[in-house]
Amino acid sequence: MSFMEVTLQLLDGFKTTLLIFGVTLVFALPFGLVITFGSMSKFTPLRWLTRTIVWIIRGTPLMLQIIVVFFGPGLILGMQAFPRLTAVLVAFVINYSAYFSEIYRGGIESIPQGQFEAGQVLGMKKPQIFFHVILLQVIKRIVPPMGNEIITLVKDTSLARVIAVTELVKAAQDIVGLKAIIWPIFYIGAFYLLFSGILTLIFGYVEKRLNYFRG
Amino acid sequence: MPILEVKNLYKKFEKVDVLKGISFTLEKGQVLAIIGSSGSGKTTLLRCLNFLETADKGQIIVAGKTVFDSDSQKVLNEQELRQNRLHFGLVFQSFNLFPQYSVHKNITLAAELLEKERWKENKCSNEEKKTALSAISENADKLLAQVGLTDKRDSYPFELSGGQQQRAAIARALALSPDVLCFDEPTSALDPGLTGEVLKVIKNLKSSDRTMIVVTHEMEFAKNVADEIIFMSDGIIEVRGDAAHIFENSTNEKLNAFLLKPPEEM
Repeated sequence: MSFMEVTLQLLDGFKTTLLIFGVTLVFALPFGLVITFGSMSKFTPLRWLTRTIVWIIRGTPLMLQIIVVFFGPGLILGMQAFPRLTAVLVAFVINYSAYFSEIYRGGIESIPQGQFEAGQVLGMKKPQIFFHVILLQVIKRIVPPMGNEIITLVKDTSLARVIAVTELVKAAQDIVGLKAIIWPIFYIGAFYLLFSGILTLIFGYVEKRLNYFRG
Repeated sequence: MPILEVKNLYKKFEKVDVLKGISFTLEKGQVLAIIGSSGSGKTTLLRCLNFLETADKGQIIVAGKTVFDSDSQKVLNEQELRQNRLHFGLVFQSFNLFPQYSVHKNITLAAELLEKERWKENKCSNEEKKTALSAISENADKLLAQVGLTDKRDSYPFELSGGQQQRAAIARALALSPDVLCFDEPTSALDPGLTGEVLKVIKNLKSSDRTMIVVTHEMEFAKNVADEIIFMSDGIIEVRGDAAHIFENSTNEKLNAFLLKPPEEM
């Protein structure tokens, strides 16, 4: 196989990698915030329930979660609930929402109480305080840990191959197995490096844009 | 009719009684200074007035309207609580400006949000909206001039000195024209050299239609600016009177002991 042929075939797998990455971000970013509100709720049962779920999600391997989402419904209900790729997406969104929610919580709790109180004495409603006063300060504070987590996500997408979804690593392994050439598996490192390099630049840009204020 | 009437206010944290029956009245246009040692309940009193804490017992009446009554069974909805809050303004010890907004935006933000809610309730033409927003903006500029920060209009809080930040916070608290403006040790977080500018601004705010309550450790300020002074100790009002009464003629032992202490121990 020529270099060009390998590249094209890998790009096909890379599309799936990008899809898992993109869908996970689009859903887990807002869904994580919902979980944050649950785990910060003043209503104790809701808080404990949310924190227990977060513990289970963070306390088990993502690979296992993918397997459970894919095979679990079949074992319990006797029917397959999701196609392979959908199962991967569901598992990823749940997993990353849990991680993001904890980063959000850390960010929100690090904002001085005085910011909330200043909003209150100015007669702002709670959602107004959150969206107009707190949120941007939280975003500024969580850009570095979020960057970490999102770059981890780039590489975690390779776990999808555990239920035979052909993402980048599996695409390379398929070539290695079929054509008896080893180099494509090393070559995919460049894809990941390039991808995370671009993300690093984006995070740097966001950090710089938010540097116009302190606090 | 007094602008503010506080009746028998009690507040307990865990097992500590912080306020043990505070009652006083305040006439419109008066400046009330509250002095007393740390832990005497001064700040808690201000926080109860501003609904940052809920008093356990007592009543708060503003211009004849009961805004807090522990005996009332009625649970206030958020809208009512907000209306009640807007009777009071609070300037914090640590300023608490919103760091991501310019000084001007810090002052206009709350008023703009209120205004935009009004739009949701009743239809307004774009013309009306524009006029309303520019009125809010002009009011902010007026307040900035009043606290001497016109040239810092577009600066961000981190670019200001502590004294400037506190003056901006005062302008922000004034933006919604509260009936009673409260100051919680407004100069305690400032370098000694910066307290003067802030105290001067507060002094200049004194006018016939502006009522203020200032919790302070600045005895000179209390003496010169306040119409009345309250000395609090252990959650009760020990002495109340004008400057002469407090600083010269008092026979109250706790007050005299407090006044003899060097400032850093207060």
